[in-house]
Amino acid sequence: MAQFIDRRLNPKDKNLGNRRRFIDRVRNHVKSAVDEAVKRRDIANADREGRVSVPADSINEPAFRHARDGGRRERVLTGNKQFHGGDRLNKPPAGGAGGRGRKGSKDGDGEDDFVFILSREEFLDIFFEDLELPDLIKRTLKELAATRPHRAGLSVTGSPGNLNVERTLRNAMGRRLALHRPTDREIREIRGRIFELEAVALPSEAQRAELIELREALETRQRRQKLVPYLDPLDVRYNHFEQRPEPNANAVMFCLMDVSASMREREKDLAKRFFVLLHLFLMRRYEKVELVFIRHTHQANECDEETFFHSRETGGTVVSTALVEMKRIVDARYPAADWNIYAAQASDGDNYSGDSAGCAAMLEAELMPLCQYFAYVEIIDEEEAQFLTNDRTGTELWLAYRGVAEALPNFAMKRISGPGDIYPVFRELFSRDLAKATDG
Amino acid sequence: MAESGLLFEGSDWDFSVLDRSYVAIEAVARQDLELDLYANQIEIISSEQMLDAYSSVGMPLMYRHWSFGKHFIQNERAYKKGQQGLAYEIVINSNPCVSYCMEENSMPMQALVIAHAACGHNHFFKANHLFKQWTDPEGILDYLDYARGFVANCEERHGQREVERILDAAHALMGSGVFRHRRPPSLSLKAERARERERLAEEEKRVHYLWDSVTRGSRSTASDETEARERKRRMRLPEENIIFFIEHYSPVLEPWQREVLRIVRNIAQYFYPQKQTQIMNEGCACFVHYHILTLMHQRGQIDDGAMLEILHSHTNVLTQPDYDDRRFSGINPYALGFAMMQDIRRICEDPTDEDRHWFPDTAGCGDWRGVLKDAWANYRDESFIQQFLSPKVMRDFHMFALSDDATDPWFLVSGIHDEQGYRVVRDAMARTRDISIQEPEIEVADVDLLGDRVLQLRHIRRDGIPLDPAQRDATLAHVRALWGYAVRMQEN
Repeated sequence: MAQFIDRRLNPKDKNLGNRRRFIDRVRNHVKSAVDEAVKRRDIANADREGRVSVPADSINEPAFRHARDGGRRERVLTGNKQFHGGDRLNKPPAGGAGGRGRKGSKDGDGEDDFVFILSREEFLDIFFEDLELPDLIKRTLKELAATRPHRAGLSVTGSPGNLNVERTLRNAMGRRLALHRPTDREIREIRGRIFELEAVALPSEAQRAELIELREALETRQRRQKLVPYLDPLDVRYNHFEQRPEPNANAVMFCLMDVSASMREREKDLAKRFFVLLHLFLMRRYEKVELVFIRHTHQANECDEETFFHSRETGGTVVSTALVEMKRIVDARYPAADWNIYAAQASDGDNYSGDSAGCAAMLEAELMPLCQYFAYVEIIDEEEAQFLTNDRTGTELWLAYRGVAEALPNFAMKRISGPGDIYPVFRELFSRDLAKATDG
Repeated sequence: MAESGLLFEGSDWDFSVLDRSYVAIEAVARQDLELDLYANQIEIISSEQMLDAYSSVGMPLMYRHWSFGKHFIQNERAYKKGQQGLAYEIVINSNPCVSYCMEENSMPMQALVIAHAACGHNHFFKANHLFKQWTDPEGILDYLDYARGFVANCEERHGQREVERILDAAHALMGSGVFRHRRPPSLSLKAERARERERLAEEEKRVHYLWDSVTRGSRSTASDETEARERKRRMRLPEENIIFFIEHYSPVLEPWQREVLRIVRNIAQYFYPQKQTQIMNEGCACFVHYHILTLMHQRGQIDDGAMLEILHSHTNVLTQPDYDDRRFSGINPYALGFAMMQDIRRICEDPTDEDRHWFPDTAGCGDWRGVLKDAWANYRDESFIQQFLSPKVMRDFHMFALSDDATDPWFLVSGIHDEQGYRVVRDAMARTRDISIQEPEIEVADVDLLGDRVLQLRHIRRDGIPLDPAQRDATLAHVRALWGYAVRMQEN
C-alpha cells in the first residue's frame, strides 16, 4: 500500500526562519558588509543584493573530534596496483600539499570564508536598521514597484463582484438561440391556445387533435427548456484585471554637497546615506530617476559620483554657486514641465558671510517653483548636537533657510549628527506619499 | 500499453503511472524477495523543497536553528554552481515510511527511487535490530512536531538568543549525547511527551535537593562524604552520555533548558543506528532495487530504454574510484554494500572452493534470500564486514590496508588482497566502520559534589589519537555554559 502525496504546491521557503536566524547570528559581519557596500556602491545601485563574506570560525560548529595528526591509524583504500604486504611508503613532507587532502575536507570549507548572497530585502533591512524608519515606510520602500489593477479583458473565473452581467447574458442568449431553446413567450402562447381549446364544451375532431398535438408540443418544449438552461455556468464572464506598474514620469534628483575640507569621511558618509534614502524613495515613485551631482566650494561644478564623494577640494565655501549651477542645469536639460525635480543638499553649515541671504532669495524666487521637493541637512558633530537643540539659532545659512522652510511647505531641513536623524527630514515627503497610498 | 505489459513508456510520469508502477514493484518486493515493509507514503517535491529537506537533516519537521540556515546556504550554493547534484530521494525511518521523490526525476528514475527507498531502505529500517531497539518510527514525526513547537515556544518566552545558546551547546555535544552501550531509558517518544509535564517539575526538585543539602555549611563532615558517595553511586558514573548527565544533574539549568537538551539527545539517539549501518543500509537498498528492476525488465514490464537509464544512474552511484583518483573520498558505502550482498548471493548459489573454505555455513546453501535477510536483520556495518567480506570482493576492489603511525616517517602497507592479507584487510575495514573507534570516546568521569562542583570529563584515547585542540576547547566552553561551573578534561 502506498499513498502518494503531491507536495509541490506546499509553501516553499520553509527555511526562511533558519536563514533569518543565521543572518542574525552573523549580524556584525553582515552589518559591516552592508555599510561597506553603501560606501562603495553608486547611489542608484545601493539597494542591490550583495555578497557577504563571514569568517568561518565565527560560525564554526565545534564538537569533540579527533585531531588530524598523531597516534596510530589504519585505513583501507581501494585500487591497489603495485603494493605488497609489508611495503613502506614514505610520507609526503610535512606542510606539503597535504597529499590527497582527504581528511582536510571533512568539515566543509576549512579555513575559507563563508560567502553568501544577501537578498535585496535583507540588504535593505539592515540598511534601514539605524535609519530608524517607521515600519510602514520600510515596507513601502521595499516594494519594488507600485502596481494598480488595469482592465485586461474577460475571464471565465473570478469573484462575484467582478461579474460582467452584460457579457454573461449576451453569451447566454447566443447559446439559447443556437440550441433553439423555446422562449417563454412561445410556451405562453401554446398554453393560451390549450386553455382556449379546453374551454370549448364540445370540441370538434379537429380541435381535439389539435389539443393533443399542442399538449405534446408543450411537453417537448418544456423538456427542452430544462435541458437548455436560461443561464449556464459556461456563459458566465468576469471582468479581468491585471496588475500593472503605475505609469511613472521621470524624475531627476540633484545632490548638492559642500566638499570643502571641513567635510570629512563621517560627514560624507552621512550625506551619502541621506542621498541613498531619497533615491530609494524616488525609485519607488518614478520609473526612471536621473542623478545629478553638484559639488561646491567657493565655486560649483557638476561631476560624477566618484568625484563627488571621493575627491577633495580646497577653497572657501559659497553655497549660492551650487544653486546657480543647479538652476543652469535645470534650464539646460530638465525643463520643469517634463521632469519632476528633487534636490537634496548636504552641508556642514559653513558659508561665506553675506551669501546666505542670497541663497534664500534665490531658492524662493527661482528654484523652489521648479522643485517638487528640496531637502537640506546640516551635518553637525555629536557634541554640537548636545547644545544645538533650538532650531531658531544656528549659522547664517541655517537661519536663512529657516525663512524658506517657513514660507514653503516643500522645503525640509534638519540638523543631523547620526544616521538615526536622517529620516525626519523626509518625514513629510513620506507621509504625503503614504496618505496618497491609503486613499488610493 | 496494457497488452505489452509495460508499466510505463518514455520519461514522463503522472500519478496513475506512479501508482501502477508502485503496485508492481511492491509486489516483487513482497513476493519474490519476501520483504517486510512499513506502509509507504511517497511525497513528490520540487528541487527547492529537496534543498529545504537537506538542510534540516532530511527531516520534514525540525525546530529552527541558525545552523540549518547555514547548511541550506551551503547546499544551495553548491547546487547552483553545479558542484553537487541533489539526491534523487530522501527516506525517513518512520511508520508509515515517508520517502521524497523529486518532480524532476524521469519515470525510470521514479521507479528506481521507489524500489530503492520505499522497498530497500524501508525493509532495512523495519528489520534491522538496531533500528528496532533504538528508534521509535511510530512516534518520530509526532515527536519532531512537538520538539518544534516546544522550541518555538521557548523562543517566545525566553528569547531567541537564550534558546540558541542552549541549542548551540547541545549540538556541540550531539556526538556524545547517545547511549552506545546501555539502552535508552525510554523508547516510546509518545509516552515521553505525555509524561513530560510532571516530570519537569519533579526532576527540578530532585536536582535542587541534591545540591542544596550537600552544600549546606562550608566544611564537609564525614557523613556528608558518605552521602555524597551514595549520590555518586546513584549518578551511575562514569556516564558515556554527556548530554544525559548534564540534563539530569546540572546545577544551573532551568526546566525548559533541560527539556531542550533532552530533545537534542533524543534526536541524536534516533540517528545513531543510521551512522552504524551506512554500508548495510545503502547496500540493502541498492541490492533490492537492482534485483527488483532487473526482474521486471526480464518480465517485460520495463523496456530497454528505461532499463538503460536505470543502469546508468545505478553505475554512477556505485562507482568506487581508486585511491589515486582525484574523485577518491574513501570507500563508497553504496559500492561496497552492494558488492558484498551480490557476492553473498553468488556464494550461496555458485560457490568456489575458496568460498567453501571461508564460508562453510552459507556456501552453496542456495537460500541467498534467507542469508541476506538474516544479515540485514542482525548485523551492523562492523560485524557485517567481519562476517561477510569475502576474498573475492577484496580482490575486486583491490583493497589494501595502510597503517599510519605518527612517529614513523612512513606508511606501512599492512595487508593487501592476497592470501596473507585477507584477514588483515578485513579486520582493518571492520575497524574503520566501528563508531566507537572512529569517534572520540568521552565520558563524565567524576563530579565534585562537596567542593567547587567541577565536572570532570575523560577522553579515553585509543591508539594515541588526540582530540583536535581548538575544537575541544570550543566544545568545552559549551559544556561549561551548560554545567555552570568549571569543567575539566582529562586525556589519557
